[in-house]
Amino acid sequence: MQGPLIDTLVRQGVSRRTFLKYCATLASMMALPPTAGRAMAEALAAARRPSVIWLPFQECTGCTESMTRSHSPTLEGMIFDMVSLDYHETLMAAAGHQAEDALHAAMKDNAGKYLLIVDGSVPLGIDGAYSCIAGRTNVDLLKEAAAGAAAIVAMGSCAAFGGIPKAKPNPTGAVAISDIVKDKPIVNVPGCPPIPVVMTGVLAHYLTFGRLPDLDDKLRPTAFYGETIHDRCYRRPFYDQGKFARTFDDEGARRGWCLFELGCKGPVTHNACATTKWNGGTSWPVESGHGCLGCSEPDFWDAGGFYKALSMPADPLKMGTAAAAVGAVAGVAVSVANRAKKHRAQASHETTTLADLEK
Amino acid sequence: MSTAERVVVDPVTRIEGHLRIEAQTDESGRITQAYSAGTMVRGIEIILKGRDPRDAWAFTQRICGVCTLVHGMASIRAVEDALHRAIPDYRIPHNAELIRNLMIAAQYVHDHVMHFYHLHALDWVDVVSALKADPKATSALAQSLSSYPKSSPGYFADVQKKVKTFVEQGQLGIFSNAYWGHPAYKLPPEANLMAVAHYLDALAWQREAVKLHAIFGGKNPHPNFVVGGVPSPISVHSEGGRGKGPHFRGGQEATAVNVVGLQTVQNVIRMMRDFVDQAYLPDILAIAGFYKDWGSRGEGLGNFLSFGDLPSKSFWDTDSYLIPRGVVLGRDLSKVHPIDLDADAEIQEFVSHSWYKYSQGDATGLHPFKGETELAYSGPQPPYKHLDVDKKYSWIKSPRWQGKAMEVGPLARVMVMVASGNAQARELVDSTLKTLDVPVEALFSTLGRTAARALESKILADAMQGWFDTLMANIKAGDVKTFNDQYWDPSTWPKHMQGVGLQEAPRGGLSHWLVVDDGLISNYQAVVPTTWNAGPRDAAEQPGAYEAALQHNHVLHDPKQPLEILRTVHSFDPCLACAVHVTDPDGEELIQVKVC
Repeated sequence: MQGPLIDTLVRQGVSRRTFLKYCATLASMMALPPTAGRAMAEALAAARRPSVIWLPFQECTGCTESMTRSHSPTLEGMIFDMVSLDYHETLMAAAGHQAEDALHAAMKDNAGKYLLIVDGSVPLGIDGAYSCIAGRTNVDLLKEAAAGAAAIVAMGSCAAFGGIPKAKPNPTGAVAISDIVKDKPIVNVPGCPPIPVVMTGVLAHYLTFGRLPDLDDKLRPTAFYGETIHDRCYRRPFYDQGKFARTFDDEGARRGWCLFELGCKGPVTHNACATTKWNGGTSWPVESGHGCLGCSEPDFWDAGGFYKALSMPADPLKMGTAAAAVGAVAGVAVSVANRAKKHRAQASHETTTLADLEK
Repeated sequence: MSTAERVVVDPVTRIEGHLRIEAQTDESGRITQAYSAGTMVRGIEIILKGRDPRDAWAFTQRICGVCTLVHGMASIRAVEDALHRAIPDYRIPHNAELIRNLMIAAQYVHDHVMHFYHLHALDWVDVVSALKADPKATSALAQSLSSYPKSSPGYFADVQKKVKTFVEQGQLGIFSNAYWGHPAYKLPPEANLMAVAHYLDALAWQREAVKLHAIFGGKNPHPNFVVGGVPSPISVHSEGGRGKGPHFRGGQEATAVNVVGLQTVQNVIRMMRDFVDQAYLPDILAIAGFYKDWGSRGEGLGNFLSFGDLPSKSFWDTDSYLIPRGVVLGRDLSKVHPIDLDADAEIQEFVSHSWYKYSQGDATGLHPFKGETELAYSGPQPPYKHLDVDKKYSWIKSPRWQGKAMEVGPLARVMVMVASGNAQARELVDSTLKTLDVPVEALFSTLGRTAARALESKILADAMQGWFDTLMANIKAGDVKTFNDQYWDPSTWPKHMQGVGLQEAPRGGLSHWLVVDDGLISNYQAVVPTTWNAGPRDAAEQPGAYEAALQHNHVLHDPKQPLEILRTVHSFDPCLACAVHVTDPDGEELIQVKVC
C-alpha cells in the first residue's frame, strides 16, 4: 500500500497499523465486511485526490461547522490527504472572480468525476431570485454543477429534505436537491446538522468504493440511519420501566430517566446520535437532558412541537383508544407499536418516519 | 490601474452566507462608493408565526450555524422577558444564568479564534511564502512571542513539509487561485509559517473547545436550550444505582453534567485561556506590527452600540453585566449614551434600499415590535452583472439608533467597555497601543476591529473561570436548580405579552422582538449584528458600517485581486444568514422589475 496519504501519515508519525485500524473501525461502524477496511485504506491512499466541490445554497453554515468538528478523519486530514476540496466558500482563500474561476476549472478538469456536496435547500419562488451567488440563482448553479458530477451528497436536512426554509408556509418555495436533480446518484445525509463522523464516514465510503453506500427509501445510508435513537438510547431501560422525567430538573431528570414525556422524538428518529454521540463522544442531546428534536427526519419542523409527547400511532394497530394515555402505559404501548411498525416497514423495505407516526 | 471601474466581489468567501460587495473606484483605484448586499433569504420569522414560543429557539438557532448558540439564547430570553414583563417575580435559576454565561463566552472564544485563523488570516498571511521560511528562525520567532508549547524547529519543519508536499502534488484545493504573492502581503516567511502552523492547530483546538457546549447542550453545532433555564440537569448529587450496566445508570453518570462532565468543562476553560494567551493574542500583535497602515483605514462610522451581556446576577439586572449596555457616538469615549428599548423612535429599521415594502411608505422607520416584513424583490432578474444601487439592492434592512447608523461587534463592545471604565479593557487597549506603537486613533480602523476581537476574547476567557467557580460552589452548597417550571405551561401565561431577548453575539448586538397572543407567536423580529453592520443605505442615504468602512481610505492595488476589500469586510466577521432571514409568504406574487 503506497501513495501520498500513507507516506504523509508515516512522515507524521502515524503508523500503517494505526491507519489500517482507523479504516477497519470505520468499516465496522458502517457494518461492512472485514475486507472493506483494507480496501478503504488502499483507496484513501490513492495517488490523485478526487475533486470535491461544495456548493452552499439556503443554508446556515452549520453543516460546514459540523464537518470541522469531525475527530476522525479530521477536516484538515481530509483536505490534505483524502480529497481535493476545490470549491468551498467558507474555507477557500480566493473570493469573487477568482473563486468562480476555481469552480469552473474544477468542473472542467474533473468533468464526470467530481463529487458534488450541497448544503442548503434551493428556492424556486420568483424564478430563484431568493438566493443568488455571483448574480446566478441557486437552481441554475445546481443544475450546471450536477451535470458534471459523478454523484451528489445532500448534506444536512435542508439539502436532503428542504429543512427549515421548507417549514410551513415555505415562504421562498424551498425544495430539496433530489426534487431538482433526477439523473444522478444522490445520498441524503440529514441532520441539523449531521453528526460529524457520519459526514466524513459517508465521504470515506464513497472515496473507497467509488459508489454510494446502501441507502434507505429516503436515500439515507442505512449504516447510520437504519435504527432509531430510541432503539439504542442508554435511557431505554428507564423507558421500559416506565420511569420518566417530568420537568427538566426534577429528580428523575437528574437520574437520567426517559425524556419521552418532555417531547423526545427519539422513538421516530433515524440517526446514530445514541451510538456515535457528539463532539468526540462527549455527549449527545438526550445525555444532556433535552429530548431529541427529530432533526434527521423529513419535515420535523412541522411535526407538532418539540415539547409535545409523541401521540399514539393509532390507526395501523387499532390502538386509538389508548391515545390519551400518558406515562408508562403510553410509553410501553408506543414501544410495542413502533416495534411492530418497524418490523412491518422492514419487511416491505419502508422506513418509519416521524410524520407517519404523528399522523 | 488607470480607469475608474465598478469592482464586484461575489461571492465574498471566508464568511458565513451570501454577501456581495460592489465598489466604485476612481482613476487611482481609490474606492469612492461601496455597496453591501445580502443575496439570500429564507423567511424564518414568517415561519415562526403561529408557533409555540417555547419552540422558537430551535428555529431561530438555525438562522446561523457559525454563531450557533446566539439566536437560540436571544430567543429564550425574549420569551422569558415577555414573562418577566407580565409577571415581575419571574426569574430563572442562578445556575442556569452561570451555565448560559459559560456557553456564551465559550462561543465567543471559539468563534473569534476560528474567525481569525480560518476566515481572516489568509488576508494577511501568504501560505506559499511559508515554504521559504527557516524552521529554526520560525521557532526563535515563536518563542520570542509566547510560551506556546508547539514551537520547536522540528515542529515547524514538519508543518512546512506537510504544506510543501501538498503544494507539490499540484492540487491546491481551498488554497488555489488565491492572492499569493500579492504585494499587500507584508509578513516575512517565518511569520507566515508560524501562522500556517497555528491555522492547523486552531482547527484541532476548536474541536476540543466545543466540548463545553456538548456537555451543557448535547452537541455543537446547534446545542439545545430551554425556556426557563437550561435543559441539562446537574447529576452530581443524585441518588440512584451504581455501576455501569444499563440498569444501573442513573447515579453519578446519569447526565452529561456529572463529575466527569464538569471536569471536562474545567479543562476546556483552561485550554481556551491558554490558546488565547499563548497563540491568538501574541499572533495578532505580531501580525499587526507588519500592517500598521491598516490602523488608518476602514474606520467607518465611529458610532458604536452594545446591548450588553453576561450578567453575574440576572438578565434583568443590567448593572451586573460584564459587557455594559450603551452607545458611543463619534469616537467620543467620554460619554456612554443609554438605550431606551421601548421608545418608538429609538431603534428602527428602514427599507429604503432593501427589497421590502412598508405600509406607511418606504421612507419611514419601524420599531421592531411593530415591524413589517412584506417582501418586494425589485432587483435585476438573474443572471445579473450589477445591482441597481440607486434603488433597492439588498435583502438586508437598515437598522438605526436615533436615526444614526451604528457599528456593532467586538470594537463596539471594547469601546463601550473602555468608555464605561472597565479596568481590564482599558489596560488591554493601552498595552496593545503601546506594543504596536500606534496612536489611539488606530483603534478606529480595520486593524483596531481585528485586534478588539482578540482583546475581548481574553476578557471573556478569563471571566469564564469565575462563573465556573461560582457554579461549583453552588453545587457544593446543594443548589442544583437549573430550571424554573412555574410558567412552563403556556396556559398559565397572560393572553397578550411581548418581550425582547438581547444578546451580545460574537458579531455584535443582537435583539429578538417577540409578541405573543393566546400562547402563540403573533410577531417575531430579529435585528441582528450583521443587519446593523452589513445593511445598505437608509432613507437619508447614510451608508451602513461595511459601506462606510470601505469608503474610508482604500486604494486597490489591482481591482482584479480585491484583497483590500476582503481585509476590511472580514474585519467585521460577516454572517449573512443572520442578516437576512425575513420574507413574506405572498412574495411569490410580487412583480419583478427587470433593470439589466
